[in-house]
Amino acid sequence: MKVAAILILRGMTSLAWAADAYVIRHARVVTVSGPVIEGGSVVIQDGRIAAVGKSVPAPRGARILDARGLSVYPGFLDADTRVGLTEIGSVSATNDTNELGDYNPHLLAYTAVHPASEHIPVARVNGITTVLARPLGGVMAGQATLINLDGWTVHEMAVRKTAGLVLNFPSILGGRQLDPATSTSRQIKYSEAKRNYEKGIRELRSLLEDGRRYLHAQQARAKDPGLPALEANEKLEALIPFLRGEEPVLVSVSRKVDIQNALEFAETEKLKIILLGAGEASKVADLLREKNVPVICGPVQSLPPQEDDPYDIAMATPALLAKAGVRFAISSNGAANVRNLPYEAGTAAAYGLPKEEALKAITLYPAQILGVADRLGSIEAGKIANLVVTDGDPLEIRTNVKHVFVAGKPVSLETKHTRLYQTYLNRP
Amino acid sequence: MLRKTWVLFSFAVATAFGAESVLIKNATLLTVSQGTIPDGSILIENGKIAAVGKDLAAPADARVIDATGQYVLPGIIDCHSHIAVEGGVNEGSLAVSAMVGIDDALNPTDINIYRELAGGVTTANILHGSSNPIGGRNAVIKLRWGKSAREMLFEGARPGIKFALGENPKRSNFTTPPGSQRRYPATRMGVEEVIRQALTEARQYLLDWEAYKAKQKTGKNPLIPPKKDLKLETLAEILKGERLVHSHGYRADEILMLLRVAKEFGFRIATFQHVLEGYKVAREIAEAGTGASTFSDWWAYKVEAYDATPYNAALMARKGVVVSINSDSAEEARHLNQEAAKTMKYGGLSETEALKLVTLNPAKQLQIDHRVGSIDVGKDADLVLYNAHPLSVYAVPQKVLIDGQVYFDREEDRQRQRALEAEKRKLMEAEKSRPTGLPSQERPTKP
Repeated sequence: MKVAAILILRGMTSLAWAADAYVIRHARVVTVSGPVIEGGSVVIQDGRIAAVGKSVPAPRGARILDARGLSVYPGFLDADTRVGLTEIGSVSATNDTNELGDYNPHLLAYTAVHPASEHIPVARVNGITTVLARPLGGVMAGQATLINLDGWTVHEMAVRKTAGLVLNFPSILGGRQLDPATSTSRQIKYSEAKRNYEKGIRELRSLLEDGRRYLHAQQARAKDPGLPALEANEKLEALIPFLRGEEPVLVSVSRKVDIQNALEFAETEKLKIILLGAGEASKVADLLREKNVPVICGPVQSLPPQEDDPYDIAMATPALLAKAGVRFAISSNGAANVRNLPYEAGTAAAYGLPKEEALKAITLYPAQILGVADRLGSIEAGKIANLVVTDGDPLEIRTNVKHVFVAGKPVSLETKHTRLYQTYLNRP
Repeated sequence: MLRKTWVLFSFAVATAFGAESVLIKNATLLTVSQGTIPDGSILIENGKIAAVGKDLAAPADARVIDATGQYVLPGIIDCHSHIAVEGGVNEGSLAVSAMVGIDDALNPTDINIYRELAGGVTTANILHGSSNPIGGRNAVIKLRWGKSAREMLFEGARPGIKFALGENPKRSNFTTPPGSQRRYPATRMGVEEVIRQALTEARQYLLDWEAYKAKQKTGKNPLIPPKKDLKLETLAEILKGERLVHSHGYRADEILMLLRVAKEFGFRIATFQHVLEGYKVAREIAEAGTGASTFSDWWAYKVEAYDATPYNAALMARKGVVVSINSDSAEEARHLNQEAAKTMKYGGLSETEALKLVTLNPAKQLQIDHRVGSIDVGKDADLVLYNAHPLSVYAVPQKVLIDGQVYFDREEDRQRQRALEAEKRKLMEAEKSRPTGLPSQERPTKP
């Protein structure tokens, strides 16, 4: 049965360009947004989910995938990664995550995504079909991009060319801190940290104020062309959608007091924010719910931020946020091992998050938080056909991914790793 | 705050001391050595496994742990760890630092010991870092949280030493501080030369001592003994087969290099650590009788890790290598059971083969398998009780026993956390009503 299904799909892969319609039949369809459909079908046409249900008519000429005994899930979305922006951690030539300078709101991760990165197939063969790839450096690191994990060019991959401005929020805390430039840690006194924090906040506020003035000047000149021409400023131009609250600022922050400061800052500056990482989010859960600030938390498999924290605080954080009514998603925060995203969610489930919520935390929730739930995150007609076909619970490590569709096309399950495995398995 | 936590934890340990006999009953026993026993019991006497099977009778005064619905696994053994070390793990000022040892720097209050214990780890091979072709001596410890450094040492474990090959001892990915010179070696050629030179000196050292002792036996005039050298003493133990070499290495070529050198000097490498390209030369590693302790799926963090694959462990195991999966990380160690499960997905190992990677196989590699690594009569009662099969992502350790004593109990941990929370709240309240003008208590800083 399984062999037959694979054969059909193999045939179909080679013909993928000829026929753009597929039907996955006899599957357990886990829609995420609605009830599970046992023995259901999913129809894929022109890159989109055309229909889903117990019995739906197949378009003429559609390729059939018999998925008896298998389950279909929406592709997983990792909302905080560096996929495509880095290849080999220690080789700076392969890293495009950290630009020089502190304030780079105009830089785009989209520009640096390497579609041929070996990390891309490695992630997608475990069901991760969409990632947010983001820069890291400085205070305003640049703008993230949301990409599907298949495509000849980044243009083909992009779901949203820009998907938020990354802000590394200044920390007011001292203590041992890692200097990313030299990879060494250094003791920072509270007085020094406070000075740095205040300077950082001053600079940020001043930059945002410049942006607002720039916007006002632009608006004024649009009304009155007689006003002097405005000198173009790429940095300030880039800030406009964030100053207007149209686009989210992705605030990377971890400690409790820093989260509190970030929320206050966002409120006074009228920014729409999403927290990234936020290791101590569970300690300010009520505040996060009250302010309706979502959190992309992870990795779940992390050590506690404080020595006297519960040993399992990171694993329990998604459950604590869910209980408090905070909007959240789970992320791997990785590059090479984004493939482990389902196990991050599984671990959160082991430590108290209901399994259905754990699945949503890597599908529908990140799509909602990133404002793309109209296109991603569940199996619903009209959404992008990012689908994963498995032989069991995808949050379980032993489960195998049998087929992956990205934007309506079946993708190869071959990776650098499977190639090396086959080669050396056959070494005499 | 730290001291407070510590007192609470030690109290918890002390409560476990009373019972001499413990009976764990109604559990699924994953013995690792002889399959799975459903509805099984384990009788523990004086810290050792006294009986394993169904319907065991326990002495009247035995402490009974009803483990209905739970799974029991032998305690997890991490063959590559750097927890519980005070200060740095690298004596990187010299390329050969065999004179230093981790056992001199063990810190039994490192909170990561407790965190790993809560993840099911009961034994760890604490290694020197990888900055040197020949690093320092190791320390195999049991995670007896609450005990002294000396009491944590695994009694009778064969001593070992860390070697390192490739980018780290070459210092490829590290910036040389301004004003200082790069350290030799800087190539894989130099790494081999450093090891060969050190072993050559050690061989001569042995010969000098043997010659001295032989002459002493003849009863002739007293001779001046050769000068004691702590570095060469340690290296001589390797040549005599008394000290296990655990060598960090990635690429296939450097793995073969060290196998050649060891053969030439007449000893066996106990384990290659990381050994991410081990799958390329699995046959040669197996033929040398050398173990391989690898990561489940880390890759691409440096050039020598770019050909790493998650199929490595399974492929080496298939080709006859004794393989373990290690953590090299206080975080990763807490879910080594999950890491083992990955070898079923990548390479198709069986459940038992997967479980062995974090229990019996690392025990064999450290030559402590007569004491730990499986649920067998006579072995130490180092056991983990999970609420689900440990190869499931949903499994959480509920109790962890070392030498038959409960060192971690999830329920007790929760109670302590609640007590700690309440105490913190109380202190915060007290802080509010502190008269103004009085300084708050200075926090002691670590020297």
